[in-house]
This record gives sequence, structure tokens and C-alpha cells, in this order.
Amino acid sequence: MICRWMALLFAASLALTAQAQEAPDALVKRVAEDVLQTIRGDKDLQAGNQAKVKQLIESKLAPNFDFTRMTALAMGKNWRSATPEQQKMLTDEFRTLLVRTYSGALSNYRDNTMDYAPLRMNAGDTDVIVRTSVRRPGQAPVQIDYSMAKTPDGWKAYDVIVAGVSLVTNYRDEFNDEIKRSGVDGLIKKLTDKNKGPTPK
Amino acid sequence: MNSFARSIASTLALACALLAGCATTQSRVDPFEPWNRAMYQVHEAVDGAVIKPIAEGYVRSAPEPVRTSVSNFFGNIDDLFSGINHVLQGKKERAGDDFGRVLLNSTFGIAGLFDPASEMGITKDKTDFGITFGKWGAPQGPYIFVPLFGPTTVRDGTGWLVRIYASPIGYIDDVRLRNSLYGLNYLDTRAQLLSAEGVLEAAALDKYRYLRNAYLRSRRYQVYDGKPPPEDEEE
Repeated sequence: MICRWMALLFAASLALTAQAQEAPDALVKRVAEDVLQTIRGDKDLQAGNQAKVKQLIESKLAPNFDFTRMTALAMGKNWRSATPEQQKMLTDEFRTLLVRTYSGALSNYRDNTMDYAPLRMNAGDTDVIVRTSVRRPGQAPVQIDYSMAKTPDGWKAYDVIVAGVSLVTNYRDEFNDEIKRSGVDGLIKKLTDKNKGPTPK
Repeated sequence: MNSFARSIASTLALACALLAGCATTQSRVDPFEPWNRAMYQVHEAVDGAVIKPIAEGYVRSAPEPVRTSVSNFFGNIDDLFSGINHVLQGKKERAGDDFGRVLLNSTFGIAGLFDPASEMGITKDKTDFGITFGKWGAPQGPYIFVPLFGPTTVRDGTGWLVRIYASPIGYIDDVRLRNSLYGLNYLDTRAQLLSAEGVLEAAALDKYRYLRNAYLRSRRYQVYDGKPPPEDEEE
């Protein structure tokens, strides 16, 4: 009994170390394929069941993103002018906004297949771009690039660039303007209101 | 300046100030922002009341294979123009793929209704005159939002006019058939945008701004073949 328990523990720790050392491109591939498989095998997800989609995102996608860094990137130089409490609130709200955005889009991905470009990375690099492209039947492929940084918990994505459009920095001038107009708290309020609004289909 | 012109100018200035409302920052890329924002609102109103419901009805009622064939048919014409533009951009191999696609899909794919080329692994790669002009060094010019057609720039809009002028559909003599094809083409394009629109709806704090940024960045990305030089920090 104890033996089996030990073996399990050993296996678990092995899996964990494997995860920590997983290369960034391997990580992207594993997560993307896992998510695509899950969508293909689940009618509710394809129909856009929001509760299930959200659960999928929270369990499989979100843990691989560094939302604090994403928020800082979207804020640009204004990040430093925010207090730690404001930074925390901004991160929470921005995270919610991004998860909601993804939730609306994810169910369309059923028929997609992904191609993974070979990663160009030198030993010791802690910041890389993993390039993928999404193929949809009858349409031109869409380039999706993930900017990833090495953290103590393994590689985390901090930007997603779809056909040249960063889902993060696309907000920068909007955030800038909002802060100029009504300060960091104004931006927090704006994000909170947006997130409280009806979930878009 | 005579008094009439002056009064027009001041009326315009007032209108701009009113339209600008919350958006006070003028940007280099979008000098006509107040006007564009007004056009965007016109667009949202008309599109939301008329066009979008029709597009949604089309998606609901037409079976998927039918819609796919419609997209393929117009996509085949797109491929022809992508090929021409890839030639103009000096990408001969890519142009060869485009023309190969057109040849295969127009014959084995029955006038482009099916896409056997993709199944054979010859992928699609869209480009257009706006991108070609950009590669030739033409500046993009001011951003323009055209109601019912969407975001563009002076450069891209010019390319778009060239495309319309040259489109094979324009050479069809039967007026009803020609107009039906234009209409169907528009409907197909609009229907394809429905899902992207959901993302815009979900993501944007200010839809006008989000769309403008996304449009200009993606065009820039294409002009530089996916490797755009870093932008100078805005402001």
C-alpha cells in the first residue's frame, strides 16, 4: 500500500519536474493540442456553453499565462505610477476581460488545426517567441505568436499576437487615454464596468 | 476667406468638437477621428438594424456546405488577385501557388465552388493591392472608416478601388446577375466577420479605437511580411 503510494508520489514529482523543464514550444503545443482535442470531443463546448468554456480556459489555458506581466505591458509606463493595490486590481480586471474575450472565441476553433514553427532559441534564453499558425478549411492560415518568458514556475506567455495584432498592447493607447482623463482608478472602474456587462455571445 | 466659408469652417469645427466628445487626442494616423467616429456610429446603426440580421439569417438558414461553396467561389477570385499582387510584390513562387490554386479550383473545383487545391496542400495566402502599394513604399495615409465597408486607409482604399475596377464580376453583362453576385459577395464577407465581431464586442473598451489599432497593426504586419520593425512608442 505504502509502496504504491510512494510510487505515485514519485511519478507525480517526476511529472512536475518534467513540466518545469518543458521547453516553451513544447508547452504551447501540448496545451494547444489538449484544448483542441477537448473542444472536438465535447458538443457543449462547440455549442458555446459559457460555463464549460470558462472552466476549460481556467483549468488548461490560464495557468500558462503571466497576467501581471500582461497587464503591465498593456499599461506601458503608467504601470509604475499605479500603487501595488491598484496593480492587483488592474491585473484581476484585465485577466477577467481577457478570459471573457477568449471564452467567446474558443468554440469556433473546432475545425482548426495548428502548425508549429521550429523554435529559434539559444541555451540560456529566458524570453522567446513561439510561432504557430492556425489553419481553417478553405481560408488563409492565421499567424499566432506567443511571447513567453521563463519564470520560477516554468514558461509563461505574456503576449499573444494574432496576425500582427497583440491582444495586450492593442489596449495601450486606450489605457493611456483613460488614465490621462480619469487616472488609474478611472481605468479600473472602466474595466470593472466592462466586466460587469452582459457576457457577449 | 469669405464669410460663408468661414461660417462653414466654424460649423465644421464645432461639429468636430462635439463629435470628438470624449476623444480629445488627435493622432497622426487618424487625423479625421471625429468624422470617422461619426461614420462608425452610422455604420453601427445601419449595420446593426439591417445588414447584421440578414447575415445572421443567412448563417442560420443556409446549410454550411452551401455557405462554404459561396465563400470558395469568391475566394477563388481573391486567389487570382492575390496571385497578381504576389507577382507585383516579386514573390513569384507564392504567385505560382495562387495561380495553381485558381487553375485547379476553377476546373476540378467547378468554377471555384470547391477547394481541392487546399486538400492537395496548396495553401491560401491572401494579399491585395493595398499591401503591394505599401511594399512599394506608398505611405498609408490617414485612416478612414467607411460605413458598411469598414476600416481602411487612403492607400488601402485606393487598392480596393483598383480591385473593384478590375474584378471579373464587373465584366458580367447581365445586370441582375452581376448585382446578385455583388450582393452575395457582400453577404458572404459580412457573415464571415460575425465571429470576429464577437471578439471585438468582448474585448474592446472603445470599439472604434480597438478596431482601428487592430486594423492598422495587422496591415503593417502584412506589409513587412510578419516582421514589422518596432513601433515608436505612441504619443
